[in-house]
Amino acid sequence: MAEERYGTWQRWSEERLRLRAIVEFLRHKTVPIHRYSFVYYFGGITLFLFLVQVITGILLLLYYRPSADAAYESVQFIMSKVRFGWLIRSIHSWSANLMVGWVFVHMFSTFFYRAYRRPREFTWVSGALMLFLTLAFAFTGYLLPWNKLAFFATKVGTEIAGDVPLVGKYVMLLLRGGEDVTEATLSRFFGIHVAILPALATVILGIHLALVQVHGMSRPISVRAEREISFYPDFLLRDLAVWILVLALLGTLATLYPWPLGEKADPLAPAPPGIKPEWYFLFMFQTLKLLPSKIFLFEGEMVGIMAFLVGGLVLLLVPFLDVWAQREQQNRWVTTLGILAVAYLVIMTILGLALPAM
Amino acid sequence: MRSQTFLRNSLRHSAALRALLRAILFFVLLIVGSPSPSVAQQESCVTCHQALEGRLAAPVKGMDADVHAKRGLSCSSCHGGDPKRIGMDAMDPRAGYLGTPKPSEVPAFCGRCHSDPAYMRRYNPRIRTDQVAEYRTSVHGQRLVRGDTKVATCTSCHGVHPVRAVSDPRSPVYATNIPTTCGRCHADPAYMKGYGIPTDQLAKYKRSIHGEALLQRGNRLAPACNGCHGNHGAVPPGVESVANVCSVCHSATRDLFVKSPHKVAFDRMGLPECSTCHGNHEVARPTDEMIGTGPEAFCTRCHEPGSKGLAAAQAMRASLEALKSRLAEAETLVAKAANAGVEMSDARLTLQEAQTRLIQARNVIHSFNPKQVEAVTTEGLKFAEKGVAAGKAGLAEVQFRRRGLSIALVILVGTAILLFLKAREIERQKM
Repeated sequence: MAEERYGTWQRWSEERLRLRAIVEFLRHKTVPIHRYSFVYYFGGITLFLFLVQVITGILLLLYYRPSADAAYESVQFIMSKVRFGWLIRSIHSWSANLMVGWVFVHMFSTFFYRAYRRPREFTWVSGALMLFLTLAFAFTGYLLPWNKLAFFATKVGTEIAGDVPLVGKYVMLLLRGGEDVTEATLSRFFGIHVAILPALATVILGIHLALVQVHGMSRPISVRAEREISFYPDFLLRDLAVWILVLALLGTLATLYPWPLGEKADPLAPAPPGIKPEWYFLFMFQTLKLLPSKIFLFEGEMVGIMAFLVGGLVLLLVPFLDVWAQREQQNRWVTTLGILAVAYLVIMTILGLALPAM
Repeated sequence: MRSQTFLRNSLRHSAALRALLRAILFFVLLIVGSPSPSVAQQESCVTCHQALEGRLAAPVKGMDADVHAKRGLSCSSCHGGDPKRIGMDAMDPRAGYLGTPKPSEVPAFCGRCHSDPAYMRRYNPRIRTDQVAEYRTSVHGQRLVRGDTKVATCTSCHGVHPVRAVSDPRSPVYATNIPTTCGRCHADPAYMKGYGIPTDQLAKYKRSIHGEALLQRGNRLAPACNGCHGNHGAVPPGVESVANVCSVCHSATRDLFVKSPHKVAFDRMGLPECSTCHGNHEVARPTDEMIGTGPEAFCTRCHEPGSKGLAAAQAMRASLEALKSRLAEAETLVAKAANAGVEMSDARLTLQEAQTRLIQARNVIHSFNPKQVEAVTTEGLKFAEKGVAAGKAGLAEVQFRRRGLSIALVILVGTAILLFLKAREIERQKM
């Protein structure tokens, strides 16, 4: 009798949702096991951190107020008066930072194993777009507590955007909502952070995940799989276990090192000495600082920003530029370029952290 | 007769010689000096003095920074003469040339404009025009009248060529430069010899709380020498006016003192009010040890052991110490909780209230009334108690969070291990 009812419900839902096809697809999808299989968890970790951001972000939205008069106080309220508000806010901040870091780790592991080669070119492109979106999420979210450091870092950041040739001034005005960083910037960043970027991320992440499922996990060139396991439930169970460990890490960080709120921003006060952007933008900041004021006939900063724009474009087009990978060949120069890029990012970030800002 | 003719000829020759020399000098200066056409058109004084060296060139060198020159005044505005004439002719007394004033003439020299409200209004409607009148009432001014030319006149303090605006940080009378400017004479024992006044005021002032605020922290609201002595009318404040001088800034303290029993006693004993305990040039940062019966307490200097006065002093000190110790306890607890990541801004506001009451109580000491002091410290204690409670609650929250984390970690890590084991079991079954 019970089986009959279950069968009826299954039939009823199958007729409407067609879930069996999805389950069958996942059951038949396999994951190759070899000595580099651990990198397959990297994408999942990034996805998990993104989901944590969505959930904690929605919870923060219940109390956050995006105005110069109330933003700081509302975050203060969340941290002191709302039950577990401190935990939600700290997890949101820690998860944001871990996510930015992990997006880079995921990207470089994908790069060095040439996972972008045919037919996964658009998986890479959508992933690269997600990297840019993640940085945009971080940049806009950083200002929202309206504290002193965030205020002045946003001033510096939007000023740098203003150095983009031809359109820089308009980009800066568009970002700031005026000539200076004001309440207009705050409400603009809020809108971008909670509406525009999530909408874009939903579409691009949807495409990225769909492509990953369709094409399956890429096996690095010249690596032979020892065996294969099914994606569902074998790999998914392991993935879930890793996610739970990441959640435990987030909880530990948020409890033992709650993200500080700092002092409220005062637009009339002078900028505190040694103002720097967050660590994930330090490589750009440090590069622009080290560039001479003039390079040939052009402003040094402008040349630097152009170089970053070109770098971003190259990153987006990696699968189409690495023609060797398309022939299942691992080109030494491409690997060297990747190592140099990692070394550049790490060294510039360390220099940015160690050297005093001018 | 011959001698008269000789004298007349000599004079005629010497006049002709002087005219010739002036003409030569002018042309030589024109060639050597090569002044810019605009300057040459404006001032022959500038043209000539620019090309000279040493003492004679100094007046022109500082002109760019001179407040008068910036307002469009020229050399002749002060020194007279006719700058349209060339060479020494410009300095003709018949053209109103006044030359360099003697020290005794300086106040009147400057006062021609600075004591004329109608004239000064053209440049600054808010500027004072009573400086010279005030100067005449000062010790400097009175001694100058008596023929002492060593005393300070306008240029001694304001400088000359250039005379900088008082708001110019390079001006000798800019707030932070005043102690050094006064000290140029007053801290020089050789210069001050014969006046019979000490020369350690500058050194003492630098050690004082006022000197620290002005010279080390750059707080231009802190008094320099002129803050107490006046500037143009500088005189040492007498016993009867010391308190009035201090109360310009410390008015609330003065109000309390005037109503206290000390006012009558100090008047009777002929003691200056504030400086009796706090000193004058070397006003030290007041400490709580100044009140009470301890070795650093000032009260014991006049009050006998066992007297009512000392009992009151002891009671006031006890009130302060009670508030201080509770406040310190609250601050430690709140800081501990904040360092552990608990949001403690509300508690910090409460502690600020307690701190404000402590400052108020220190001021109310000047009423020398233990009950008045206790009323303020009791209020402060209420805030300190709230701070202690908030700090304890914060630390309890830290413990709650850590316990919660431990439980959550056991559950999460346990679940992760179980999931791994399950995945492995499923794999093993398939193999």
